[in-house]
Amino acid sequence: MEEKFKLDRETMALRVAKEFQDGNYVNLGIGIPVLAANYIPAGREVIFQSENGVLGFGEITNVGEGDQDLQNAGGQTVRVQPGMSCFDHAESFTMIRGGHLDISVMGGFQVSEKGDLANYMVPERKIGTIGGAMDLAVGAKKLIVVMNHVTKDGKPRVVKQCTYPITAIESVSLLVTDIAVIEVTDKGLVLKEVAPGWTPEEVQKLTEPTLIVDPGCHDIELM
Amino acid sequence: MPVNKIVSSFDKAVADIPDGATVMIGGFGTVSSTPTMLLEALARKGVKNLTTVSNSCGFGKDVWKLLGYKFPEDIDVLVRNNCIKKAIASAPVSAVYQNNFEKKLRAGEVELEMVPQGTLAERIRAAKAGLGGIYTPVGVGTVVETGKEVKTIDGRKYVLELPIKADFAVIKAHKGDRWGNLTYRYTSRTFNGTMAGAAKVTIAEVDEIVELGELKPDEIHTPGIYVDRVVKRPAEYVEADGGEISKEAQESHDRFMERKSA
Repeated sequence: MEEKFKLDRETMALRVAKEFQDGNYVNLGIGIPVLAANYIPAGREVIFQSENGVLGFGEITNVGEGDQDLQNAGGQTVRVQPGMSCFDHAESFTMIRGGHLDISVMGGFQVSEKGDLANYMVPERKIGTIGGAMDLAVGAKKLIVVMNHVTKDGKPRVVKQCTYPITAIESVSLLVTDIAVIEVTDKGLVLKEVAPGWTPEEVQKLTEPTLIVDPGCHDIELM
Repeated sequence: MPVNKIVSSFDKAVADIPDGATVMIGGFGTVSSTPTMLLEALARKGVKNLTTVSNSCGFGKDVWKLLGYKFPEDIDVLVRNNCIKKAIASAPVSAVYQNNFEKKLRAGEVELEMVPQGTLAERIRAAKAGLGGIYTPVGVGTVVETGKEVKTIDGRKYVLELPIKADFAVIKAHKGDRWGNLTYRYTSRTFNGTMAGAAKVTIAEVDEIVELGELKPDEIHTPGIYVDRVVKRPAEYVEADGGEISKEAQESHDRFMERKSA
């Protein structure tokens, strides 16, 4: 039997980056999403937005080396890049909410069959932080969620209905997990790709709703 | 008489902010776009029962000192000095660090109204723009829509969000002149630019005061009509109640260095 692999953080980010098309405007959330900036497919120019008010910024600097007045939303200093523009919060969320971003990528706790997203509060903690998540989930043309397929104790995160507080309803377009790539469609969740060594049946066992296996379902391409 | 909005000290700039006032506080999350000196002056004044409107509720100066920020104080100075009764914020707590605000929230010592970030910006902008409210698709089907009007427009659902009105806005800018014209550096505009003019009185803390005319018409980010007072930051920061870096801040810093992000 072929050896099973789970994608690590970097590999999930790499898979996410394959979705970036030439000329796309993209917002990357904190955590795995920001790593995707390192894997833009060759020959494509992608322009990143950060909700603290910057579009088209350059690479992240080493800690302590950048200009403290030029940061991404994660508090990392970034470099000036030709074409970069800065703006205030009202303008930033006009961009985000108004459907001007092609892609928003964020982490998740749960994604439902209908594409509902829960990612701002773990119920046991009772206090969460909404931040820009609700706007980014609702506003982008395409919302990609990246997360582990199951919780630390093995429970499915892809569920029939979210039990965690909801960030946005019917908003997720594509889900990239450590074992699968799933598209949210009107007909249901379509399994498009599986991690190397995994079968669609094995992915289904760790998923609450019934997956529609795409006829072209194949191994996640990592190169 | 020439218009002169320049105020000589931070204490004078906040002298008329009374107990119970609603105060907008500019910035985002990191301390670099925070009106540090104005917040310290407010805490020094001992003001109580404020309703604050801000993106976050502070990490505390230790976190920023460890990262090498020269002016490290954030909203935490109001939190830990018990100045706040209620906070309206989008990112009040951190997933990786328990700030003083979270401790007080869990102890029932402060109230919180959590607002999605874009809705917060637009509710502030609505107040500034004289609007009676805005309909936003953000929050539909979530806890945010609870108790609010939901209206279908062109087949899509929207939540009615009302303007946030405030007595004062304290903001941070880079340069200012005696008319109150302001410029900001890079990502320091954040809520500063949005809040300028959204409250009855806007007070701007600036790195530099320049002669009228030095800021060119095309480069002014906030026109002076939105600003009532301008006060200059000193060249050097003198810490009021310094001490050892807290263990929690040190641990959070170590995690930040590992993850390289907040």
